[in-house]
Amino acid sequence: MDAITGFLHMGGYGAYVWPAFAAAALILAWMAVSTLRRLRGNERTLARLQDPRAPDGRPAEGARKGVGVEP
Amino acid sequence: MITFLANPARFLRVAGAVLPWCWAVAAVAGGLGLAIALFASPPDYQQGDSVRIMYIHVPSAWMALGAYTLMAAASAAALVWKHPLAHLVARAAAPLGAGFTAICLVTGALWGQTSWGTWWVWDARLTSVLILFFLYLGVIALGQAFDDAERGDRAAALLAIVGFVNIPVIKFSVDWWATLHQPASVLRAGGPAIDSSMLAPLLLMALAFLAYFLALLVLGVRAELAGRKARALMALGAAGEDRAL
Repeated sequence: MDAITGFLHMGGYGAYVWPAFAAAALILAWMAVSTLRRLRGNERTLARLQDPRAPDGRPAEGARKGVGVEP
Repeated sequence: MITFLANPARFLRVAGAVLPWCWAVAAVAGGLGLAIALFASPPDYQQGDSVRIMYIHVPSAWMALGAYTLMAAASAAALVWKHPLAHLVARAAAPLGAGFTAICLVTGALWGQTSWGTWWVWDARLTSVLILFFLYLGVIALGQAFDDAERGDRAAALLAIVGFVNIPVIKFSVDWWATLHQPASVLRAGGPAIDSSMLAPLLLMALAFLAYFLALLVLGVRAELAGRKARALMALGAAGEDRAL
């Protein structure tokens, strides 16, 4: 228990060290979340546009053969 | 149009192969680095345990400068050789670099309060890094300021290139001016002046941050690529509707 309190206390600097690590973790997480959100959103939009089934059954204007990336 | 799609397809294949390695390196180096930084490495004889902030602050500073350099280089390549992927790399790098700069500024302020007795000082190092942060924000904002994405690309690229002059200023600020911020301890003539018990976790955290940056960069370029294709399809669709009328 003493070891854990000592660890959290960080020789008296705990109030500075832990917020520093926490801020870094939060910002790093934000970087990942924002990148992934942009990726998912854009890929969803692209998939919708490339869907050859338009609501009225005819091919949508934007869907053409050859436009798109081979997997 | 076809050349545009062919190169990115190849890029995406290579990037997709590299991505899991980036995550693995980030996790392993980061886990090991944090463990050593928080447990095994010694407290500083003057700063005590507050020195452990260094293991976040210094690697994030290196990433802030490195990401900007990549962004400026990609912007220059885009403007000179007109390679469309280069603009997307610059766009993807910008928010990541801004994030690392923010980490550097915040952890630096906390460390400064313990070692200098102040959260902030307008010395050359801190001021030029704050300017770096504003430059990142400016590049991001300019890239989004135009309806025509390519105009946004070019405007953002110009600012990124012009702003590159700030990078050597940041690096040499501690030599050229009298600064509260200490001079270089690692990347200096004569080699690192830091004990290996501290250098090891420092380099591990730097490697972890680099791998993390590269992973998110790949995902970011993928995101930008999908966004561009979507815009191109929407433009084609709009053109088709005009013809139908």
